Amino acid sequence: MRLGLVIDMDTCVGCHACAVACKQWNTSGTTGALTDYRPYGEDPSGVWFNRIRHYEVGDYPNNKTVNIPMSCMHCQHADCVNVCPTGASYKRPEDGIVLVDQDKCMGCNYCAWACPYGARELDREDGVMKKCTLCVDRIYDEQLPPEERQPACVITCPAHARFFGDFDDDNSEVSRLVRERGGVKQMPELGYKPVNTYLPPRITRPIPTDDVRANKLVTSVKDWVNKMVAR
Amino acid sequence: MHPAFSVILFTVISGAGYGLFILLAAFHLAGIGPAMSHGELLAHGVASLGMITLGLMLSTGHLANKKNAWRSFMRFKTSWLSREAVFAVLFYPFAGIYGLGVLLQGSAIGPLPAMAGVIAAVLAVVTLFSTGMIYGCLKTIRQWNTALTPANYIMLGIATGTALFAAIAAAFGNATTMHAGVAMVALVAAAVLKGIYYFWISRVNGPTINTATTFNRATVRLLDTGHTAGTFLTDEFGYDPRKDTIDNIKMGVFLLGFIAPVLVFASILSGAPAGIAWLAAVSSLVGIGMERWLFFAEAKHVVRLYHGAQTCTDSLAEPSRVGPEVAADTRRGDAPRGELGDTPGGSGS
Repeated sequence: MRLGLVIDMDTCVGCHACAVACKQWNTSGTTGALTDYRPYGEDPSGVWFNRIRHYEVGDYPNNKTVNIPMSCMHCQHADCVNVCPTGASYKRPEDGIVLVDQDKCMGCNYCAWACPYGARELDREDGVMKKCTLCVDRIYDEQLPPEERQPACVITCPAHARFFGDFDDDNSEVSRLVRERGGVKQMPELGYKPVNTYLPPRITRPIPTDDVRANKLVTSVKDWVNKMVAR
Repeated sequence: MHPAFSVILFTVISGAGYGLFILLAAFHLAGIGPAMSHGELLAHGVASLGMITLGLMLSTGHLANKKNAWRSFMRFKTSWLSREAVFAVLFYPFAGIYGLGVLLQGSAIGPLPAMAGVIAAVLAVVTLFSTGMIYGCLKTIRQWNTALTPANYIMLGIATGTALFAAIAAAFGNATTMHAGVAMVALVAAAVLKGIYYFWISRVNGPTINTATTFNRATVRLLDTGHTAGTFLTDEFGYDPRKDTIDNIKMGVFLLGFIAPVLVFASILSGAPAGIAWLAAVSSLVGIGMERWLFFAEAKHVVRLYHGAQTCTDSLAEPSRVGPEVAADTRRGDAPRGELGDTPGGSGS
């Protein structure tokens, strides 16, 4: 098995709900807590397994906003595991999930240096490295109804932009999406072979925007008033 | 990269200690240079082992969970950090047998301690190599991902070691032109190697914001990192020293680390008292300390591409502009906040 996520950059609206759901589930999960520093201070910070960044692709007027959620890619060639001196970082042979054994980690940050995707964050309070577990304490939980045995970020996504499944299974939903939508990997040239795959935005017909404001008397007066009246 | 003070001290101090030990073993066991007195041999040995031990203890300073430091020996098979730890510790019994031989038998030691000394010197080189490979093996930091990195660590350790070796020999009135000559050669070789490194990293290339975001067909700009305060990633990898700071420190590296010590040894060769070798030793250690700071400060992790850097050499403070239209284009909604008031037609709200 090769478990991972498919993230649709076409439908992701950048709402950060996946990051919040992740934090909520995992802070009381097996590698919790996800410590917050100065939570009520001026510059609250803390540990997150999932971060969403926002980009502008292309030049005006042919530009587009793209939101890119990023968590651990559970790479097939996970250098973070190779460089770990203590053996705290490991990749499970049965499903490919990369985990950190909190009891063994000495907090040297070396694995975070080896990760190109910024998936690992040191918890300064606990002194150990923390990262996405692909909700390993959820996806195998037989107490949960089958439809809930998915990572918290996938279940919560309101835009249905996140999919979880087995990439080794050609008939799984994730494999089908990657095939049909031309899934892409981040920084493939580094050779980490990330499992998580991103679906590029669909090519759509451009919607004309230059005729939105009809040239009517009312709009002309409004424009004139707006120009004259100082705010 | 954020330069961790404990790691800078560790690599410089224990690097010089290993260099000093390599010089001691070479001069003593291969019979280079003048015969050394019992006291001088012990002084070299105690100084090198003391510096190595001090450095190794300082190295735990950057660990967030020190009680698990002993586990760092567990992954010898895959991790260079683990290999460094194992070789550093393996060095001690061999250096100890050699030291015991010197302590009991003086300069004319038997074959067993001599053999242990040779093995310890080899392990010293291997440890320096492993330290360099910790950084050299990282594909995520293009400035480090080169064979020059371990080569630099070995040569800088040996160069600072030779300066110390000459200084300690001078304290025992045993310094010869051989000491000063070897120190000069090592310092010049280290300086050339470091110069090649600086040349190489000034034109390093690798992933870009395009391959990082998967959009290879268009320009990509960061709109928002999605967090309001700093994160572990920005603290660890967002370090951006100013260009003139880098240039000044680099000047210090060459002046204090290489040029001043070489001049000191040159003046010793032309008749100055050998005692001033201490100046060279201290100067080279300070200069290599600056070199180590720069080694971290100039390293740019590829995760910075997700925080707005366009290339893997970009500064985050002033990422290189994409295309000439960025400043001039009329994207009203996207205009920087400070310019909103000047935007014609922006008063409709």
